Amino acid sequence: MALLDIENLGLAMTSFEGETQILHGIDLTIERGEIWGMVGETGSGKSLTGLSVSRLIPSPPGRYTSGAIRFEGQDLLQADEPAMRRLRGRRIGMIFQDPTTNLNPAFRVGTQLVDVALHAGRADPSVLGLAPGASARALKAAAKARAVEMLDHVGITNPAERIRSYPHELSGGMKQRVLIAMAMIGKPDLLIADEPTTALDVSVQAQILRLMHALVHERDIGVLLITHNLGVVAQICTHVAVMFRGRILEKGPVRAVLKHPSHAYTKALLDAVPRAHTKRGELRGLGGIDMEAAE
Amino acid sequence: MLFYFIRRVAMLVPMLLGLSLLLFVVARLLPGDPVGLAAGPNATPELIERLRAEFGLDQSLPMQYWTYLTGLVQGDWGQSVFTRRPVFEDLMTYLPATLELVIAALVIAIVLGIPLGLLTAVYRNGVLDYVTRTVALGGIAMPRFFLGLLLQLGFAAWLGWLPLAGRFPLIGFPPEHVTGFYTVDAVLSGDWEGLRLALAHLAMPAFAMSLSPLATIMRMMRASTIEVLQQDYVLTERALGLSSRLILFKYVLKNAMTSTLTIIGLYVSWLLGGTVLVETVFDWPGLGLYATQAILTQDFMPVIGVTMVIAMIYLVTMLLVDLLYGVFNPKVRYS
Ligand SMILES: Nc1ncnc2c1ncn2[C@@H]1O[C@H](COP(=O)(O)OP(=O)(O)O)[C@@H](O)[C@H]1O
Ligand SMILES: [Mg+2]
Repeated sequence: MALLDIENLGLAMTSFEGETQILHGIDLTIERGEIWGMVGETGSGKSLTGLSVSRLIPSPPGRYTSGAIRFEGQDLLQADEPAMRRLRGRRIGMIFQDPTTNLNPAFRVGTQLVDVALHAGRADPSVLGLAPGASARALKAAAKARAVEMLDHVGITNPAERIRSYPHELSGGMKQRVLIAMAMIGKPDLLIADEPTTALDVSVQAQILRLMHALVHERDIGVLLITHNLGVVAQICTHVAVMFRGRILEKGPVRAVLKHPSHAYTKALLDAVPRAHTKRGELRGLGGIDMEAAE
Repeated sequence: MLFYFIRRVAMLVPMLLGLSLLLFVVARLLPGDPVGLAAGPNATPELIERLRAEFGLDQSLPMQYWTYLTGLVQGDWGQSVFTRRPVFEDLMTYLPATLELVIAALVIAIVLGIPLGLLTAVYRNGVLDYVTRTVALGGIAMPRFFLGLLLQLGFAAWLGWLPLAGRFPLIGFPPEHVTGFYTVDAVLSGDWEGLRLALAHLAMPAFAMSLSPLATIMRMMRASTIEVLQQDYVLTERALGLSSRLILFKYVLKNAMTSTLTIIGLYVSWLLGGTVLVETVFDWPGLGLYATQAILTQDFMPVIGVTMVIAMIYLVTMLLVDLLYGVFNPKVRYS
């Protein structure tokens, strides 16, 4: 059974101008171990596809007009809010674009990290290394320990101290590391990352991608990586889906799609990429796709 | 942080000094002859002269101010020419009554206003939102004393549920004096019947005073909550499975509080300044009634005393609000 199976997903959004069909029958299957890059121009529906999987589009304005989103066989479009909440943060992790606006500025990073860990631990105590039916106190202690451990794991030095920092005391790259820690602390099986490096300095982008790549490989999980950077796709994705105006134009293994783009649009996208191998040096050693071979 | 606090407290001193001087000058420049009024229509010129000397009014103005100022520091705030009672003692009698009223009004406004603001932001354009918005509009528009009169008419005259006015039954014995707050004193001495009576008397004037701050706090809270709910971090918190309750009452609340805090601070002075009418309507023996009495008899010292006390409370409140900012918004740096 596929980890995630999006089938003929249709989504309409209502605005003051009336209802517009945004997604026109999206089909996408993600297996464990696959890193799917989703590329396409701004407004093509990438973010709304990602948000649909976690059912984070309020209704109204959103309305699903067709299809199914099956997560390990369970149709999420039929799931109620409590069921979705049990999946979020535990089975499905999410990372968004701007680390500066995605951390709550009024709380220490540790508070937010511990709350997510607690939530995941309540859904499944084994996430925190506890037996089923663990006491609230044990959960809390384990969540705290796990938060420090996780910060260390995403490469934050002095995690026991850093956990007491407020977001504004951290750099952009550090904040994104914290957000990655938050997304991964519940040991999710599916990670959805919506342009996780777009808001970062170029020098930091590579580090963050390398970190995500390492975390994903450590555990056999599926990833939907939304980006508009084909260079990124070439470096760390196994598969790619090209979106255009709410449709997937083409999809498949990265090598095949980038080497033999069947759509004029994909070709245009590829042509727009500044010679991809100029970026390769930064990420050498990731075992990514060789762009020269793809050309 | 500590240094900032000390500096802020030190800055209060020149402010209060300036204020005391200003009040003193204004009070002396006003036309009127309090001693003549106090002595009565049949007083002989000799008697008036003697009284003027007794109150130090025959001395030069700078000398009078100096005497006043040194007294101020030592807890001698002058004397009422009318009752001959020391102003400071009077203030200590009436201040707790006013503070009890203001604090009760503020507590009502905060305890109802903040959750209502949060909830109407979440369920905006729902029934609750519609009803509270209408009431709030009325609450801001209606003068406090008028609302007080309406309450008296409804709850005291018609329904007979609450006492019409006063702070305690005239024939009853108020709880043993500890803080001067009847409700607190009743709890401290375990006098539950006293507590019930004190609360029954407090209910209407406190509510009449609370409606406007309640409405404003609610609207402020609603607006800032709506803004906070649209922030990216709320989406992240939802995406990682935190419950709506935790998100709203922990993560959103604290962010939305920052702007509401300023309003609350400003309302302290608004409430203090506004007690006069409400105290008059409800015959509440507080600073407002005391000041009214003093003004009508052109009695300087009590008027200056009341104003000084209100100014002190205002300045201290503003300092507290500034410090609380740091609690709600960690980005605030004290320097
Ligand atoms: N709340 C909304 N109401 C109406 N239309 C929306 C809303 N949010 C997004 N859209 C529209 O949906 C389309 C897809 O948006 P999005 O998924 O964010 O694109 P992408 O992430 O690919 O840039 C855009 O054309 C956008 O205008
Ligand atoms: Mg997007």
